[in-house]
Amino acid sequence: MPTLQSDKMFYYLYIIAGLALLVSFFANRGKTLKALKIAARRFVNILPAFLVMLILISVVLFLIPDEMISRYLGTGNKAFGVILAAVLGSVTLMPGFVAFPLSGILLQKGVAYTVIATFTTTLMMVGVITYPIEKAYFGVKVTILRNAVGLLIALCVAVVIGIFFGEIF
Amino acid sequence: MKRSSIVKLAGLVAYVAFIVVSLWLGYSPGEEIARNFASFSLDMLKIIPGAFILIGLFDVWVKKETVEKHLGEGSGIRGYVWVVLLAGATVGGLYVAFPVAYSMYSKGAKLSVIFTYIGAAAVCRIPMTIFEASFLGISFSVIRLAVSLTLVIISAMLFGNYLKKRNYKINDGSG
Repeated sequence: MPTLQSDKMFYYLYIIAGLALLVSFFANRGKTLKALKIAARRFVNILPAFLVMLILISVVLFLIPDEMISRYLGTGNKAFGVILAAVLGSVTLMPGFVAFPLSGILLQKGVAYTVIATFTTTLMMVGVITYPIEKAYFGVKVTILRNAVGLLIALCVAVVIGIFFGEIF
Repeated sequence: MKRSSIVKLAGLVAYVAFIVVSLWLGYSPGEEIARNFASFSLDMLKIIPGAFILIGLFDVWVKKETVEKHLGEGSGIRGYVWVVLLAGATVGGLYVAFPVAYSMYSKGAKLSVIFTYIGAAAVCRIPMTIFEASFLGISFSVIRLAVSLTLVIISAMLFGNYLKKRNYKINDGSG
């Protein structure tokens, strides 16, 4: 079952948030209450976009399960692999602790570093699924532009990785 | 009601109906989609309250002048260094980075610094990078990080300059 964070890293978030809240509360109750109100309001504002994202991801993960990614990236030639990796990395959302072990398996199966770099970097930088949230803050144009640039950056990373590992040239 | 919200509402109703009927009749694709939805909602619920509490506290305690000085126009290289460090410590993913970015923006951080933060939150979260290195090797991670972070900063500067001239504004998420 895929999950979003790589491990129990979110514990440290709550240690920090809890301590900050405590210090704030003793320093100024009124301000702390106001902070919580702001937190709630900001969350409610973005909630519809979150809901759309969750619906999208639940469907996309059904259509593109991990086994399928592993099967498709594990075959075929490099150029095709890069294109496929870019598409899969862009449309799926996968936490590091699923993506990297999967990448490790692909590596053992003989998949090129270039293809793996394309997959992991697009996974990080290009978010078709997070589009509803990004759009709510940044607008349609900037969201599309940022993701397009993210795709380009991922391809640059793949090329440099490919050259370094002797897969290109 | 706007037309786009009617479409969204119809989609939501269709989705919920599909899930309910699937669970009722034991239709396995629908059940799997419901499981995906539940597991991701749960994961996000683990992170979001903490993230938004910090956002709220940031909003009431951190002065606008402080953010302007360190992340605003005229913050120079320092502004970029700060947000890359902040991005390294960001948990979750981009869905957490976007509301944080809006908070920084509302306190007067400049656009190129904000786009650097978003890009960096995507590519250089520290726990993620350590995990990556353990599966793909340190040289892979170092090259990936160096190339992506450099390009993220360059593109963020271009983005920031371009959008500043066009009077671009970041919304509060309700739009």
